[in-house]
Amino acid sequence: MIRKTVANVKDALQGVEDGMTFMLGGFGLSGIPENAISELVHLNVKKLTCISNNAGVDDFGLGRLLKKKQIDKMISSYVGENDEFESQMLSEELEVELIPQGTLAARCQAAQQGYPAMYTPAGYGTEVSQFKETREFDGKMYVLEKAFKADFAFVKAWKGDKAGNLIFKGTARNFNPLMCGAAKVTVAEVEELVEPGELDPNQIHIPGIFVQRIFEGKDYEKRIEKRTVRKK
Amino acid sequence: MLDKNGIAQRIAKEVKDGYYVNLGIGIPTLVANFVRDDIEVEFQSENGILGMGPFPLEGEEDADLINAGKQTITALPGASFFDSALSFGMIRGQHVDLTILGAMEVAENGDIANWKIPGKMVKGMGGAMDLVASAENIIVAMMHTNKAGKSKLLKKCTLPLTGVACVTKIVTNLAVIEVTKEGFKLLERAPGVSVEEITEATEGKLIVEGDIPEMKL
Repeated sequence: MIRKTVANVKDALQGVEDGMTFMLGGFGLSGIPENAISELVHLNVKKLTCISNNAGVDDFGLGRLLKKKQIDKMISSYVGENDEFESQMLSEELEVELIPQGTLAARCQAAQQGYPAMYTPAGYGTEVSQFKETREFDGKMYVLEKAFKADFAFVKAWKGDKAGNLIFKGTARNFNPLMCGAAKVTVAEVEELVEPGELDPNQIHIPGIFVQRIFEGKDYEKRIEKRTVRKK
Repeated sequence: MLDKNGIAQRIAKEVKDGYYVNLGIGIPTLVANFVRDDIEVEFQSENGILGMGPFPLEGEEDADLINAGKQTITALPGASFFDSALSFGMIRGQHVDLTILGAMEVAENGDIANWKIPGKMVKGMGGAMDLVASAENIIVAMMHTNKAGKSKLLKKCTLPLTGVACVTKIVTNLAVIEVTKEGFKLLERAPGVSVEEITEATEGKLIVEGDIPEMKL
């Protein structure tokens, strides 16, 4: 067993510097690496490029980094819930690259699995495919999209073991597994960290080989963006 | 004329036994409320669930269980969770039978624009570009005209495109329209709406052949 544990979030983020590119898991506020984001706010690293499907809300998730102007560039598919984001984008303080959600997933997965690029039909004939190579296969047009390159991937899982094996829960899985091993260093925070052998190998979503550092996170808020319920 | 629920109710008739269906945000979400309960259908939400159920009962909501609109949901028996690559794999690989989404504009060749108003609304395309680029069966749910009264069924889209020549059918408050190589083909009228009113509200080429029946809900 190769041990991946670090003592805390501070140790997990060793080596983080200004100007780096980060991948951050999560869809909306579901499955975001809350502890890593808090530490990035605390470290106050700046000029960051962040690859994340969404940009949080004004006071939670990546919105906290945006508020402190730590982010120079966002690569996302949907950023609708954040006023701070919108004002920084319209004033051109923040550079934004909007890309289709499936393309975002595929570019993470390509980085994880060693593909330099892949073809997707998404965005063909739209402004997304401008200045990109396109090609026809069997009568249909595709756009060549490149694998991401990132310094750190910050992911959040439900359970993990000290060997770095991860299990995700519900729709909090989303982009998290695809970012594991897609950056130079993958930092996984988990709600529950267990001893090797306690997780059933049949149930593991991401093997520890894709994870360099793992720690048990604290004080998860797990905020709900849109609470929709039926009356009892 | 139909309201939003009426549009959803009419679209629900397009949902067939054995279909896997992706519902977009807005009117499409309402379609789930009208699908017959004697057929087997599974709803996919592209953030990573097949077999999506209704909103949870009060007090049972879970931050780890949401739909693509970030609303809390439930998982029905037989549901599954998966990552975003597999989710768009099932979309790109055409395993999802029907995609229902909203639009700001549709052109007579099936182009769709629904993600950006330059200088005004720049929220992002989310999964819409992946969905329209891959799905074979795409129904658009929308009002026939915008708030200013201008037609949303155009010769050519004016807003940045989401996808090209992809929409197969449009259900609006006024009509059911099929997108053909020749243009918009009028299939049905909404209750109480005349062919003239539909023609008036359609900027793109509208093909009217024979008697156009009033839709049955």
